[in-house]
Amino acid sequence: MSGLLIAEQVLNGLQYGVMLFLMAAGLTLVFGVMGLINLAHGSLYMVGAFACAAVAAATGSFWLGLAAALAAAALAGAIVERVVIRRLYARDHLDQVLATFALILIFSEGTRWLFGSFPLYLSVPAALEGAVRLPGGIDYPLYRLAIIAIGLAVAAGLFWLIGGTRLGTRIRAGEADREMIAALGVDIDRLYTIVFALGAALAGLAGALVGTIQSVQVGMGEPVLILAFVVIVIGGIGSIRGALAGALLVGLTDTLGKVFLPVAFAAVMDPADANAVGSALASMLIYVLMAAVLVLRPRGLYGAA
Amino acid sequence: MDYLKRGFGALLLGGLLAGAAQADGVKVGMITTLSGGGAGLGIDVRDGFLLALKMAGDAGAAVEVVIEDDQRKPDVAVQLADKMIQSDQVDVLTGIIWSNLAMAVVPAATAQGKFYLSPNAGPSQLAGAGCHENYFNVAWQNDNLHEAAGAYANDAGFAKSFILAPNYPAGKDALTGYKRFFEGEVVQEVYSKLGQTDYAAEIAQIRASGADSVFFFLPGGMGIAFLKQYAGSGVDLPVVGPAFSFDQGILQAVGEAALGVKNTSQWSKDLDNPANTAFVAAFQAEYGRLPSLYASQGYDTANLLLSAMAKADVDDQDAFRAALKAAEFDSVRGSFAFGPNHHPIQDIYVREVIQEGDVFTNRIVSKAMEGHSDAYAADCSM
Repeated sequence: MSGLLIAEQVLNGLQYGVMLFLMAAGLTLVFGVMGLINLAHGSLYMVGAFACAAVAAATGSFWLGLAAALAAAALAGAIVERVVIRRLYARDHLDQVLATFALILIFSEGTRWLFGSFPLYLSVPAALEGAVRLPGGIDYPLYRLAIIAIGLAVAAGLFWLIGGTRLGTRIRAGEADREMIAALGVDIDRLYTIVFALGAALAGLAGALVGTIQSVQVGMGEPVLILAFVVIVIGGIGSIRGALAGALLVGLTDTLGKVFLPVAFAAVMDPADANAVGSALASMLIYVLMAAVLVLRPRGLYGAA
Repeated sequence: MDYLKRGFGALLLGGLLAGAAQADGVKVGMITTLSGGGAGLGIDVRDGFLLALKMAGDAGAAVEVVIEDDQRKPDVAVQLADKMIQSDQVDVLTGIIWSNLAMAVVPAATAQGKFYLSPNAGPSQLAGAGCHENYFNVAWQNDNLHEAAGAYANDAGFAKSFILAPNYPAGKDALTGYKRFFEGEVVQEVYSKLGQTDYAAEIAQIRASGADSVFFFLPGGMGIAFLKQYAGSGVDLPVVGPAFSFDQGILQAVGEAALGVKNTSQWSKDLDNPANTAFVAAFQAEYGRLPSLYASQGYDTANLLLSAMAKADVDDQDAFRAALKAAEFDSVRGSFAFGPNHHPIQDIYVREVIQEGDVFTNRIVSKAMEGHSDAYAADCSM
């Protein structure tokens, strides 16, 4: 196993982590600020991907598709918040899970009704096609580098938004005590709609960016949703910094685990068995990681004490 | 009022007449996946099946079909099968796409004296020791297309393969099937997570492995993701896989990333026989899209059923079973026969992904295996 391969796999883990962050950031924002478990976050990811694919197919421009993905997911998020989610804040988590699970089914079958049962076509824009040679001689797909850059830019933007703007101050205040900031004259209903739409837009952005190199199909959001929950539990619910740390940790653990575990086991046992054991263990590695983090820090890495 | 009563009378009488007519017909319960991510496959099987009935005219009208959606969930499929057997009293069950659902439904259904005609799933358990006289697989045994890919790799002169499949029973069967026929060296064998959508790590391993070819089995969305990422990675080793990642339904989503890729299939839309030509034209006319592998399997399943109905009454189980076993219908695959374990003996082809106008599709380049059966028939004592 060469140093080059290891470096490339670290890059892959980083990129996977950034992809997870885009998905987890919106989820943790909604969960942290509004105390709402939103299982339909994966559906908003799907809405983004389908909007991007449909607009890109109609106009021929990936970038218009990306803009449409943001707009469609934010709009869908705002509507869902006004119509359904608003009634759930006072309810317990079980009611929220049931209602948002119903939303998953409605979104999935609605999308199937609109776009049909077959996956849609969405491809990398011409400007980002192909691979580039990085220093050290690694050929790495340009699009994946772009995802890393966009993800880090979104992270920086969110830190600024939460920490450096008036809206961010209100969001943090709402997280701490929603009655108090309502009493201080902040329109809490509008604030919640904005936060939910922002979270939805982030999911839509992730769906469009990731759908481009994966598959745009009904049900694409659910597997990512589970990973996103793992990320925010590891990072600490409600913390953007935690989501970033958790996402990178999960991305690196998953990628490096599945590559190196079979190799490591091969050193001590028969190659065929090592492969089977290593692959099986790699599949559960992130859950082991989550369990370990929860044992050491029950509220996650950056969770409020 | 009188008018209304007469109306009801006519309806009742109509119902009775219809009931009487069906005494000679066959009632089929179709359990298939019509919602969620895997719906494209179930819809194609259903559409192919119903098309064959429609084209058969009166004979097709004697078949009553109850269609239900299994949502790709084994527990739902079992409930539907119970309902169809007990309250709908169907004679024949069919339609299941996924092997885990088939394993949950088929043994119980055949044990209750129902016929099961599989239009897709062909788990090895049902081909070997778990075979049953009332179970007929009209598609393939799960290993078949992978075995053909191994045979093709030999013909293509590949000496070192990197092989990749998801870590679940059908994925393991796939790699076993490939290795059963591939004579070269397997340089690396990787099991990815089921449902995994990011393959950057696997592609980096392919690049570093020193292989001269890649075999992969990644059905549905996994295959779309892999092919798109592989095409963008700068690795250009030849890729071969079974038809599942290259069927008509998903090729449009993969786009030019799939162009030129070889895949193995028992069917292709350009197979030159009268039954297939008629099928492809009729399917396009009826549904406005090109048929897929799954549609062809649904169509063959219905035609097999019709051929048995023409020879025997379904209530005479032995005669009906013998008529099914004879498989005297014009398969869209050309030659088709059942082996001793009621699984197909058929030719398997190598196809290449091409572009016709705006549409991505397949054309046959060669025959990978002729009159191929499966590795489990010897374990079946029927």
